Formats: sequence, structure tokens, C-alpha cells
Amino acid sequence: MALASVKGGAPANGRLKLMICDDSNIIRRKIERELQIDRLQVIATAANGRQAVEAFRKEPADVVTMDLTMPEMDGIECVENLVQMKPDVLILVISALADKATAIEALKKGANGFLCKPFTDRQLTEALQELLRGAGNDD
Amino acid sequence: MMTKVELETFVEGTTNYFEKAANQPASVGSPYIVQDGHPAVQEFTGMISIAGKRRGVVYFTASRPMLTVMLMRMGETELTQDNMCDLVGEVANTISGNARRDFGKDFMISVPTVVTGEPDKVLTPDNVRSFVIPINWRSHSAQLVVCLE
Repeated sequence: MALASVKGGAPANGRLKLMICDDSNIIRRKIERELQIDRLQVIATAANGRQAVEAFRKEPADVVTMDLTMPEMDGIECVENLVQMKPDVLILVISALADKATAIEALKKGANGFLCKPFTDRQLTEALQELLRGAGNDD
Repeated sequence: MMTKVELETFVEGTTNYFEKAANQPASVGSPYIVQDGHPAVQEFTGMISIAGKRRGVVYFTASRPMLTVMLMRMGETELTQDNMCDLVGEVANTISGNARRDFGKDFMISVPTVVTGEPDKVLTPDNVRSFVIPINWRSHSAQLVVCLE
């Protein structure tokens, strides 16, 4: 099991801090690699909800990408925890669970957007841009 | 027993996965039933247990050469054993999760279990017929196996 990774240093020049939470290493790396929004800087990655909560407690991110089906603590529970700690955190759920009920539940718990796996690089960028636009953080 | 429409959900999910994630469409063949014994498995197998509204297992099985090329097409530079295990689990997870669009929220999926080699560890229920969806991608072949009560 991969450990949560926290990258040193706070982002400078008004960049928003991003945490990536997914139990798949290749998805975490894909999101980090394909991120094409200059205003976002990855500060931490986590392989499950528990790790994400621990990393968030140490350094709260402004934006989070969140998988749902994960061991130890799933994404829905993690979203609740993160929103409790920082109500204005922006959370984009990125999950394979494609039923409407799950998306609605995630949004009710405090997520701000939903991107269904599998996704293209362009879909990822557009979903994150939409998330930032919705919060008045245009890229 | 699965219906033709239900099986089509998994065929579409497989097609969609390769188009979007692997950046190159796959040729997904007609599903067939395994009459006797268990479906064959390849070097890497990602398994999802299904519970709730339906019970059973969905697994994706592929060879190392195919997974290597898939990782490369995805832009991954670390072509490690761990990432190949990760990939077969993610494929099975994604296609199973996408199936909830049609099956609904009560189609409950587990986190992936990955088996390398050792076909005797890839078990399907004895009393349920397994459907095999053949996948041809570039010069490689893989299978998605769907076994649901």
C-alpha cells in the first residue's frame, strides 16, 4: 500500500493547492502529469481516504480530486471529513461509479463536481476549469 | 442469469475504456459462454467482487506485453510489475463501476483484487455460467469475464 505523499513547500504566487486522492497509482500519476492548469500545484497525493484526511490535516488543500471506491476509508466519507475541516474546499470526485444516485450523494456530502472514469486529458482539464469557474477562480 | 442487454453494458464499458483511457479503440468481440470449467486467465488478472442486487465476479485478464503497451499509451513511464497490477485492477474497477449506470447503486463493487499467474486463484462461482468478452487491441488479446447470478 502506497503512503500518502506530501510535497514540500507552499505554492507561491497565488497558486491553489491541489491534493490527489485515488487508490490507483497510475491514476494519481496521470492526473499529476496531465494537469494543465497553471493555477494548480499538487501538494499531496493519497491512496485512500484515511491518508487523505491525515495529509489534509497537516496542510489543507484548496482543491481535491477524490476517488470513491477505496480501501480503509471510501471517498464519500473522506469528502465529509474534508468539508468539515475546510468548508470552502473544492472537491472534484473522479470515479468509475456511473450511477446518478452516487453522484448526487457525493454532491450532497459537499463535493462540487463529478468526473466519470475513464476520462481523457481534455475532460480532466475541463472538469477542473469548471470547478474553479464555479468558485470564482477562473484560470 | 444475465440478459443480452446486461451483457451489452459490459461490452460498451470495455469499448469506452480503451477509447478514452488507452487512447486507441479496441475490437471487442461477441461474448461467449464457458460451458465447462473456468475461463482461461492470463498473466495479470484484476478481479472485482459483486454484491447487493447481483452477486458474482467481474475480471479483466491480460498479458504483460499488452499491459506494457497500454501503460505507454497512457503516458506512464514506470512500466513496473506494480503498475501492471494496478492497471488490471483499474480496468476491472472502471468497467464494473460504469455498469452501475444501468444496474443502479445496488450493484455493489469491491476494491480490486489482483492475481498474477496462478489461474487456480481466479475463481468464479461453480453454479453460474461465465461470459467471456474477447478484447483485441493492437496485436494483443485480453478478456473481460462476467459471472453474475
